[in-house]
Amino acid sequence: MENNVDFMIHGLVKFQLFGQELWITTTHVCVLIVMMALIGFAIAANYKIRHAKEVPDGFQNFIELIVESLDKMVNNIMGENAAKFRNYIGTIFMFILLSNISGLFGLRPPTADYGTTLSLGLITFGMIQYNNIKYNKGRAFTDLFKPLPFLFPINLIGEIATPISLSLRLFGNVLSGTVMMALIYGLLPIFLKIGFPAALHVYFDLFAGCIQTYVFCMLTMVFVSQKIPSEQN
Amino acid sequence: MSQITNEGLILACSAIGAGLAMIAGVGPGIGQGIAAGHGASAVGRNPGAKGDITSTMLLGQAVAETTGLYGLAIAFILLFANPLLGKL
Repeated sequence: MENNVDFMIHGLVKFQLFGQELWITTTHVCVLIVMMALIGFAIAANYKIRHAKEVPDGFQNFIELIVESLDKMVNNIMGENAAKFRNYIGTIFMFILLSNISGLFGLRPPTADYGTTLSLGLITFGMIQYNNIKYNKGRAFTDLFKPLPFLFPINLIGEIATPISLSLRLFGNVLSGTVMMALIYGLLPIFLKIGFPAALHVYFDLFAGCIQTYVFCMLTMVFVSQKIPSEQN
Repeated sequence: MSQITNEGLILACSAIGAGLAMIAGVGPGIGQGIAAGHGASAVGRNPGAKGDITSTMLLGQAVAETTGLYGLAIAFILLFANPLLGKL
């Protein structure tokens, strides 16, 4: 295989911490770039909304569209509990979306590193278990023995598998897109590299990235709202 | 035949194993196709609920995709981060 096929994570700076050898990798740099873009957007949006006009124009329309569609998405799934989770889901939606499509801008997508997606999955896992214990109290533990007591190990594995499958799903999709694009760029002759891969970028980066972002946020909301009993009874 | 080194044998068998692991892609393909077909017929029966049907279908398809991605992860590990080479 040619040497110009390159999709791995590269270490940039090495340092020692508590006797461990640690690396600042391309993932860290790309996460920082994504975060700076989001923070810049947030500052611009904040300034714009503070000087909001009665009749919204270009940029204000765009901000209101984003906020309204994210709120609608959370409201559809979580119903009366939506108010508590709108901020978190909106934040994580924008972060994952920008991370997934950052392959378009020449970065290596941060979500193609298992460290990023596993931490996102563990945050979801923490939210699920926190809400489980907060709303169900003792039943959170007795539910593990629910249908029959000897099914406890299977129930426990089911709880632990949630963040792993969530994170592997996002990681696998984004990584497969990254690897496919790198292979295609490496194998194409030079005159085909211009223009032709754009169609594949639309599929692997835009389409798969948007779908996986939607699915991650959707599954997070579904798992969390499963643990919250409805107010009717 | 005596020129085959231990490393070469492991790499060759890993490549075959990676190919075999991607047979896992069959299952999600069938499952997602069934989900999409039922989604299409549901939209045909009740076009008003297109949004709900589409989001439910995507959610189900994403969950069905997980097993295929496990196979993909195994194939990637065998190809790019082979743990068996360290056992030599």
